[in-house]
Amino acid sequence: MRFFVRRFVFYVITFWAAMTINFFIPRIMPGDPVSALIAANQGKISPDAIDALKALFGLDENTTLWQQYVAYWTHLFHFDLGISFSGREPVVDILARSLPWTIGLVGIATIISFTIGTLAGVAIGWRRGTRADVLLPISTFFSTVPYFWLALVVIAFFAVRLKWFPASGSYDRSMVPNLSWEFVGSVVYYGTLPALTIIVTSVSGWILGMRNMMVTVSSDDYVTVAQAKGLSERSVMFGYAARNAILPQLSSFALSLGFIVGGTLVMETVFSYQGIGYQLLKATSAKDYPLMQGCFLVITLAVLFANVIADLAYGVLDPRTRQEG
Amino acid sequence: MRTSPPDEAVDPPQPEASDDVPVLSAVDLRKHFPVRGLRSKAVVHAVDDVTIDLHRGRVVALVGESGSGKSTIARLLAQLMPATGGQILLHGQDASAKGRRAFRGYVRRVQMIFQDPFGSLNPVHTVRYTLTRSLRIHRGALRGEALETALAELLARVQLTPPARYVDKFPHELSGGQRQRVAIARALAADPEVLLADEPISMLDVSIRLGILNLLRDLRDRLHIAILYITHDIASARYFADRTMVMYAGRVVEQGDSESVTQHPAHPYTQLLVASAPDPDDLDARARGARGEAPSLVHPPSGCRFHPRCPFAVDLCRAQVPPLLPVGEGRDAACWGYSQREDRPRLGSSDAAPEVTP
Amino acid sequence: MAAELISNENAPVAGEATAPSGGKRRFLWMRNTKALTGLGILAFFVVIAVIGPWIAPYDPDERSSDLLKPPSWEHWMGTTHLGQDVMSQVILGTRSVLLIAFVAGFLATFVGIVVGITAGYVGGFGDEGLSALSNVFLVIPQLPLIIIIAGMLPSAGGLTVAVVIAITGWAWGARVLRAQTLSLRKRDFVEAARANGEKTWRLILAEILPNLTAMIAAGFVGTVSFAVLSQITLSFIGITPTDTWNWGTVLYWAQAQLALQRGAWWWYMFPGLCIALVGISLTLINFGIDEFVNPRLRSTGLNARLLRRRGIRPRIGFTPVVHEAKEDRA
Repeated sequence: MRFFVRRFVFYVITFWAAMTINFFIPRIMPGDPVSALIAANQGKISPDAIDALKALFGLDENTTLWQQYVAYWTHLFHFDLGISFSGREPVVDILARSLPWTIGLVGIATIISFTIGTLAGVAIGWRRGTRADVLLPISTFFSTVPYFWLALVVIAFFAVRLKWFPASGSYDRSMVPNLSWEFVGSVVYYGTLPALTIIVTSVSGWILGMRNMMVTVSSDDYVTVAQAKGLSERSVMFGYAARNAILPQLSSFALSLGFIVGGTLVMETVFSYQGIGYQLLKATSAKDYPLMQGCFLVITLAVLFANVIADLAYGVLDPRTRQEG
Repeated sequence: MRTSPPDEAVDPPQPEASDDVPVLSAVDLRKHFPVRGLRSKAVVHAVDDVTIDLHRGRVVALVGESGSGKSTIARLLAQLMPATGGQILLHGQDASAKGRRAFRGYVRRVQMIFQDPFGSLNPVHTVRYTLTRSLRIHRGALRGEALETALAELLARVQLTPPARYVDKFPHELSGGQRQRVAIARALAADPEVLLADEPISMLDVSIRLGILNLLRDLRDRLHIAILYITHDIASARYFADRTMVMYAGRVVEQGDSESVTQHPAHPYTQLLVASAPDPDDLDARARGARGEAPSLVHPPSGCRFHPRCPFAVDLCRAQVPPLLPVGEGRDAACWGYSQREDRPRLGSSDAAPEVTP
Repeated sequence: MAAELISNENAPVAGEATAPSGGKRRFLWMRNTKALTGLGILAFFVVIAVIGPWIAPYDPDERSSDLLKPPSWEHWMGTTHLGQDVMSQVILGTRSVLLIAFVAGFLATFVGIVVGITAGYVGGFGDEGLSALSNVFLVIPQLPLIIIIAGMLPSAGGLTVAVVIAITGWAWGARVLRAQTLSLRKRDFVEAARANGEKTWRLILAEILPNLTAMIAAGFVGTVSFAVLSQITLSFIGITPTDTWNWGTVLYWAQAQLALQRGAWWWYMFPGLCIALVGISLTLINFGIDEFVNPRLRSTGLNARLLRRRGIRPRIGFTPVVHEAKEDRA
């Protein structure tokens, strides 16, 4: 119980810290962003928008830093993230549209990758020195290759050359999003290449981690005892060795969630997939600060939330966390 | 109760030839560890009301099970952690080291040997480095010839000869016994008056143990070092120590000269310890006697801490903590059975019916 | 993850016939083929980075009339849509990539060491505070943060990028080092050195730190790897200015000019290959360090091959549970 309380407190603190960073970044950047923006948009911004901008950046001389901070949090809790410059609509709407795409694709791809990687790692780690070991350098190669490069290659090969899959987009443009089978099929079709590239690059991390843990765990005495008891190899492998080896694997999974999100950004750029990352990058090049901040907020929240889930899973699986003191 | 000013090296008076004044003594030492938690004031009563005297050229054995507090006492006496209560006296003067210089002055006289011979040597440093550091700290910077001679002399003192064979080795290249000798050499570089040996042979092979014990005995006889020998093996206490103290659950339950404590134990717990060695002629004896396990130190039993396991316990034992009562010449035992009170338990042989008060 | 990989160094290495003594032990890691290969590849790129401007056949910005040509004798890696020589761009890009990566690596490792070891050694509230700090930086997603910071800066030149990468990437090493310091501190040799009278700074620097070198090295290599990928990603996305050449910039232009659709595979294949090679070299070095530090992993490959030659299939731990030995070794 204490374990969960501590983790919860930690996440609250992290959330607060991330939001505060979000608040401060535009304020400590050198230069006057407002004038730069006005110049960039060549006077197309209305006076209201200029005022909102000033308030956003704290260039409003009538309020103190603390008041702005409070206002920032108030807005946050009202889900008011401002108006996007480039899109001319509330940031929240844009985010609400884009988020499901990212989470869907990345979530599914990551789960598949984790599962495949862990199982493969168990198998390889259990049978050391066999031919399966050759998988290791291969998958390592795929993980060191920068993600977007692999994506480019995959697109060039499968989309341009073979024309099996589309090169960009999240679904067929001619369709309107709805819940029909046709639409879902289109989503899956468009999502295959991105998902594939994610899986291929990230799976090696899981394989390697799990294999190393299996190697370390399988030389522990309780595994030998289990085998000596005459249990089948499969039940020893899964019930004893893998069960213990997966715990650090879960922790590193939780820690890697930040990386996964980073990879999503790139993926969405290359495939023009309309998720949060895509929005963030568009916003960055357009210097659309409210949208940038909104995206950062959502991304951070998503990562925090995923961490919470991973921690819960860890807490359930590892009985040592339930000990007092 | 601490009276010495901080940051001054304790300067003890010249040790007298007589052995009456103990070199190191702990008076009513107490150590409680706070239990980690959000809102708990519970403490682990690791050590309570322990008084020990170490004299020149004499060995005192401290015997007890795991969790009895003996290792904690060693660390308290080495001043590696602050005591919750009580005093540490060096040649009769308060020696609590508050500052770094005071600590270093203290450490020059009181050295410690650890239980795990591999763990107590840094795996990345050679023997040469370890001993040179010790020499540098305690005898100043030695170089070249002087250093080599000092190293050779230290190694010779612990019978690691020829020194050239051992000086440049890493700990993992030495056997357990050799590592422990290096640890002893490191302690000797300080030319200490007191050696605190925390289970020095527990992790060594049985055939090596005697060698180390003989080495310690030799140090006692030649260099007149006072040795505190901590162990869970009461038989080795009889072999090696002059006096034996038995600890249970953080308190001293018996003390006296080793021979009589081990041959004629007075306290029921000591009797249990001595009887624990399996006797093939009398296997039934093990079936009788105390049961159970060591108690929790966070909530120790009220009164005498041994009463849940003692076959002779009566209400008095559950209610009040027995002090150390004399049971013979220079011997004490903390058991109500040796008092003159009316409600005292009647101690008999282990097969007496428990909890019967006439 | 690395903290669990480093097993208790007390365990004597199984399967090694003789333990080499003294100084020879330090160079054991050099015999590791993986590490050597990695180092070789990395050294190659470092050389290129240093002598780049002298060996590049063309000025990378120089245009020519050979538009979008595949590799040929004049242009070993082909040309861009403006007739620029891809190979020159790649060669010159090496310097900026490696420089920024190493600077970021040094900065991040340094901060990680200071924070991690202090937290581990000091304990108590100092530890809690520093741990909370590093955990916060660990959880906050790095790439979005880099993008935000870099995007809000008026100009994100090379060293700025290095600093930003270091700011987002130090926490991992700090966490690992703290865990190791915590466990090392409880080891008897630290207590023994303290009981011997060693000063605190010597305890940290001379007793604890030498036991951490392998982890620090691994952390450094990992951070450099991360830095390479990050800054290339940044250039590729177009956030860092496109006037200095690095491999990401080359790819940026390739992407912008639809090299894929045009079939100009050489434009993005070669930079990508270089990135992959650097990445592989760093990973190999890390493998080598890993195997050196964790004695159990070290013998895995060696022992397994030896055993297989004798017809025994290793399964569990190091004591091969002999299921099917081909020969009777009684």
